[in-house]
Amino acid sequence: MITFAAGAADAIRAEGEKTYPHECCGAILGRVTDPGISGGFGLREAEAVVPVENAREPEAQYHRFVIEADDVMRVELAARRQGLDVLGFYHSHPDHPARPSEYDHEHALPFYSYVIVAVEKGRAAALTSWRLTADRSGFIEEETEARG
Amino acid sequence: MAVDLLIPTALRAFTDGKSEASLEGKTAGEVVAALADAYPDIRQHLYEEDASLRSFINVYVGETNIKNAGGLDTPVPDGGTVMLVPAIAGGAGARQADMPFCGGGGRP
Repeated sequence: MITFAAGAADAIRAEGEKTYPHECCGAILGRVTDPGISGGFGLREAEAVVPVENAREPEAQYHRFVIEADDVMRVELAARRQGLDVLGFYHSHPDHPARPSEYDHEHALPFYSYVIVAVEKGRAAALTSWRLTADRSGFIEEETEARG
Repeated sequence: MAVDLLIPTALRAFTDGKSEASLEGKTAGEVVAALADAYPDIRQHLYEEDASLRSFINVYVGETNIKNAGGLDTPVPDGGTVMLVPAIAGGAGARQADMPFCGGGGRP
């Protein structure tokens, strides 16, 4: 399960509405409180979200996002300075369900939480989180909880 | 020559959970190879079959992407830092392209 600190999930929703009809994207920083050694996904607490510019060309941003390697590097260093981990990344699906696409699958890595917020006609709707299986065969939905 | 290599969270499952490793190497390529030697399970996630780096792995020396420097031959100063940075991309894709799922409930 991934638990969002107060305001964190709402910040993702707001970012999705702000960039509509384009996809937003960003990083999720926090702590792994239970690595799930027993076989589950464990527990992780998202303490902050960091919006990042969608580096795809504007005409593709309605259904694609990319985070420049330099931005990922800066986010990783910032997380380390704060004593946090990069738990995953979020993006929006404008007028599309909050479920990962095959394109998401092709670009995903195990461990990360991939949070997707659906934005329907400019208004944020469902927010979900997904984890890629270790053998890359598919995604499994991760339970989410928002505090306060 | 000791160099600190910073490991992103997504790859720590293959480094016994360690977020960094002190390794020997004079170039970025030597340092990354030293990591793969120390933790063989990570090799498949770093290299293609032809021993080139996988496209979704970026390597930084300090804050310089080696793609903009000398590639794997980029020199690393003594006491310097090398960092593995994954490429991050995705998106809604084609409207009919949703993938099958393994199931729900938050368990792998």
